[in-house]
Amino acid sequence: MDILFTGLLLGGTYALIAMGLNLQYGMARIMNLANGEFLVAGGFGAFWFFTAGQVSPLLTIFIVAPVAFAINWLIYVVFLRPLVKRAKSRGQLEVDAILTTFGLAFFLVGLTLAFFGGDYFSYSYLARPVTFIGETYALNRVVAFFAAVVICGGLWLWLTRTRAGMSIRAIAVAPDSARLVGIDVPRLSALAFALGGAVTAVGGALISTFLTLDASTGVLFTLKALIIVIMGGVGDVRGTVIAALMLGILETFVATLIDPGLTLAAAYLLFVAILLFRPQGLFGRRQA
Amino acid sequence: MMTTTEYRNLAIGAALFILAACLPFVGGAYLLTIGVTIAMYTVLATSWALFSGPTHYISLATAAFFGLGTYTTGLGFEHLDYWLLVPLAAILGAALAAIVGVATLRLSGVYFVIFTLGLAELIRQLVTWGQNVSGQKGLYVLTDLTEVHIYWQLLVLAALVYLTGWLIGRSRLGFALRIIGDDEEVARHSGINTARAKVLLFMVSGAAAAATGAILAPRYIYIEPALAFTPMLSFQVVIMALLGGTGRLWGPVVGVIPFTFLWEAISASFPNQTTLLLGLCFLAIVFILPKGFVGLLTTIRTRMNAREAFS
Amino acid sequence: MKRRTLFAAATAVATLALTVPAFAQETLKIGAVGPKTGPLAGGAAVSFWPNVQLWAHDVNEAGGITVGGTSYMVEIIEYDDQTNPGETIKAVQRLATQDEADFILAPYSTGLNIAAAPIFQRYGYPMVTHTAISDQIEDLSNKFPNMYFLLGGATGLAGGVVDVLTDMREAGEIGNRVAMVNVADAFGIELASVGKPQLEEAGFEIVYETSYPLGTQDLSPVINGAKDSNPDAFVAWSYPPDTFGLTEQAQIAGLAPKAFYTAVATAFPAYAGRFGAAAEGVLGAGGVYADGDQFKEYAARHEAVTGAKPDFWASAPTYATFEILHQAIEGAGSTDKEAVAEYIANNSFETVIGPVDWDENNSNAKYWTVGQWQGGVFKGVASTGRDGAVAAMPKSGWE
Repeated sequence: MDILFTGLLLGGTYALIAMGLNLQYGMARIMNLANGEFLVAGGFGAFWFFTAGQVSPLLTIFIVAPVAFAINWLIYVVFLRPLVKRAKSRGQLEVDAILTTFGLAFFLVGLTLAFFGGDYFSYSYLARPVTFIGETYALNRVVAFFAAVVICGGLWLWLTRTRAGMSIRAIAVAPDSARLVGIDVPRLSALAFALGGAVTAVGGALISTFLTLDASTGVLFTLKALIIVIMGGVGDVRGTVIAALMLGILETFVATLIDPGLTLAAAYLLFVAILLFRPQGLFGRRQA
Repeated sequence: MMTTTEYRNLAIGAALFILAACLPFVGGAYLLTIGVTIAMYTVLATSWALFSGPTHYISLATAAFFGLGTYTTGLGFEHLDYWLLVPLAAILGAALAAIVGVATLRLSGVYFVIFTLGLAELIRQLVTWGQNVSGQKGLYVLTDLTEVHIYWQLLVLAALVYLTGWLIGRSRLGFALRIIGDDEEVARHSGINTARAKVLLFMVSGAAAAATGAILAPRYIYIEPALAFTPMLSFQVVIMALLGGTGRLWGPVVGVIPFTFLWEAISASFPNQTTLLLGLCFLAIVFILPKGFVGLLTTIRTRMNAREAFS
Repeated sequence: MKRRTLFAAATAVATLALTVPAFAQETLKIGAVGPKTGPLAGGAAVSFWPNVQLWAHDVNEAGGITVGGTSYMVEIIEYDDQTNPGETIKAVQRLATQDEADFILAPYSTGLNIAAAPIFQRYGYPMVTHTAISDQIEDLSNKFPNMYFLLGGATGLAGGVVDVLTDMREAGEIGNRVAMVNVADAFGIELASVGKPQLEEAGFEIVYETSYPLGTQDLSPVINGAKDSNPDAFVAWSYPPDTFGLTEQAQIAGLAPKAFYTAVATAFPAYAGRFGAAAEGVLGAGGVYADGDQFKEYAARHEAVTGAKPDFWASAPTYATFEILHQAIEGAGSTDKEAVAEYIANNSFETVIGPVDWDENNSNAKYWTVGQWQGGVFKGVASTGRDGAVAAMPKSGWE
């Protein structure tokens, strides 16, 4: 029981890390290697507001989200849309996106470093125990988990119930056909990308309440997010959520019952095994 | 059958290698250090492109093979003769690549990319765990090898990689690969064993990366998982190869050389903004040179030819 | 354009003109290589870079390094090695041959120092390391005679913990049960593998033992496992992000043994900044003679010049290695690398951490091993022969 709940909490964290990338890669077709840097930036925003003005990270996310949305929109329009236009094939776009966002990641790390230095940023927020069925959990992780539920649930509703959401899913499935039925592909792709960036930054702000970050840690989160998105199947919110929860529970299970030294190994093993049996991920569509 | 052009290319290649081998005698220690970096990335990027160029499979497993090689030297050098370790690392690298290759045949596109990344991390985690369980302290590779030795070894390895690439290009395998690259379905229907061809090539690139790691271990002296298996290495190799161009055997090196000098110039001149400026350069290159340096050279050559034609 | 940090402030020049007008003015080029990005950048931003800045400031403020009637201002040339040994090698090589640096400060961390050692050796630069911790000091100093070690070895660091725990047990403050965990990375593995036999030899019973990978995002299984074993002492050979994570998780899970030890970064000001009063009584790697005037003055200067507080472990020794270089240049009366290296080998030095001399392996045999947060200051409680240790107190919960 204890394992299950701890695992779910960790899974919620992973969902926060991966959901933004899923939108960016699945919907806007940009494999964004700079995703983790936005997560760190969101965390930094929360840290800064908390230490400077004692502003709760739960309020900071309402500042972080629109700012990240605007910046990501700009990035998409300035850097990525020309690539989308230029690319003759999906493979070409993938290669160009890797190169561009890798450069962007470097650039962002450099920017953070120049303005805020390379020190760890770490603060204590809601680091209190909450007791649930006889076991204690960290309140900040519980809060992050519920935020993840709200965000993922909201995205799911938006994607399945609204016109814009459904159009975006249409783009994810078949961009060319989507254009034919009158969907404004460039605008909605930008929207999906910007939204992904905002979700990532909000995730970063929430995660910073219990993880210690510094300017260079972004790449670790990018790697984790890539693994989760691919495991769940590109472009599927359910897949990402389930993959994140599976990883969380598995890691906790292995750490508690087998050996904490093998947690990450087990996580990657699960990833590798899933791809071997389902090459398109848990919920992915077979690629043509 | 060898054509005159092929003889000429082979001769030019050999001449360039002899020239490169003379670097320690003419250039200073500083140039040699840069030479080692160039040689290292040339081997890694070229062998990477041997597999990824024709198949369009982007592999992020370079760090796994490289780390494997480093650990082969780190663990083995007190028990085995040093000169056995590099071939041993290459064999281990090829074996690992064969297993991975067979396992990943069903994957395509981005699933393959991230699979290789996950695999590299998996191996790193297992090595780390193994090191912890065995109570193995930090690994020290204290040898008398100097930078010159390492440079020459890398150069020989590079020559082998080029020779392999050239032979593959001339063989049935190379022919098969070009068809696979154009259209895998067509290749399969014309009776080409696409699986075997891909796995073989992946083994070549795995062996080369492992050998590079084994050669470089004495240079780093202190071996730890975080440094030997750094995922940044995989990304850098991909970036350099793509910047050069993967369509031709000499493509990656055309990316590696200017890139190393650019990196060096930025590191030397802007120590506090290194990362920031490197990022900007990546962006600039993607937008200004969409076809890589090979594309740039081809354009220049076409223009020059055109000019000659008019004069 | 090269961005060279020349800390010759106008005021310094002015004071200099008044005090030592007869001396000629020269400049010494000093290289500094360390991570500004990459996995170790966070640690270097606390312990290494501010000290480089402070030292250059202090030297120039005082009128430079005096060698036989000439005073040399120092000019620092900084490079970022991105926590990549290949880049460290390139940067040191560049300093030696392109910039023709007069001296080079030792790089940051064990791995990067050792990777750079052959180049320091080849060009004859003395290499007084501040953050290289190794149990192979004998082999290394045989191979690289110019290499000196200030921060000690894993055996000593682990031994300090065992001594502190033994003392607490003899005082009746704790029992025999120890839970020991470590981060599965080079330094953590090394400490765990030398720490375990020492603990057992001292008669402690290891009731829980495990490792976790670097970058583990949820340490609650580790803490819960430790808690279930009901230990008298908790020892974690940990790295910066997980030192914070373990402490926070221990608070939440209510793991509150009388002795709670986390290794690297416990001595960082950010640790007390994050945990506040709860940090009271936490043991960690390192320590300083925090009540000594030398350290107090140094800490005040550090904060005034760099805007940040020093940490209570590697900061002061890092500064001390620069002081040693300074004193050796003046002592040798020459800017010749060989003469300076020889002076370092044959002399002892008075530094911010107290007197430093070398054992047969070019290692400073007297170093701090364990510190404890007491009243908002991380005080040294165990060392291999330093003055000023205070007694370790049992920790009383997290409140």
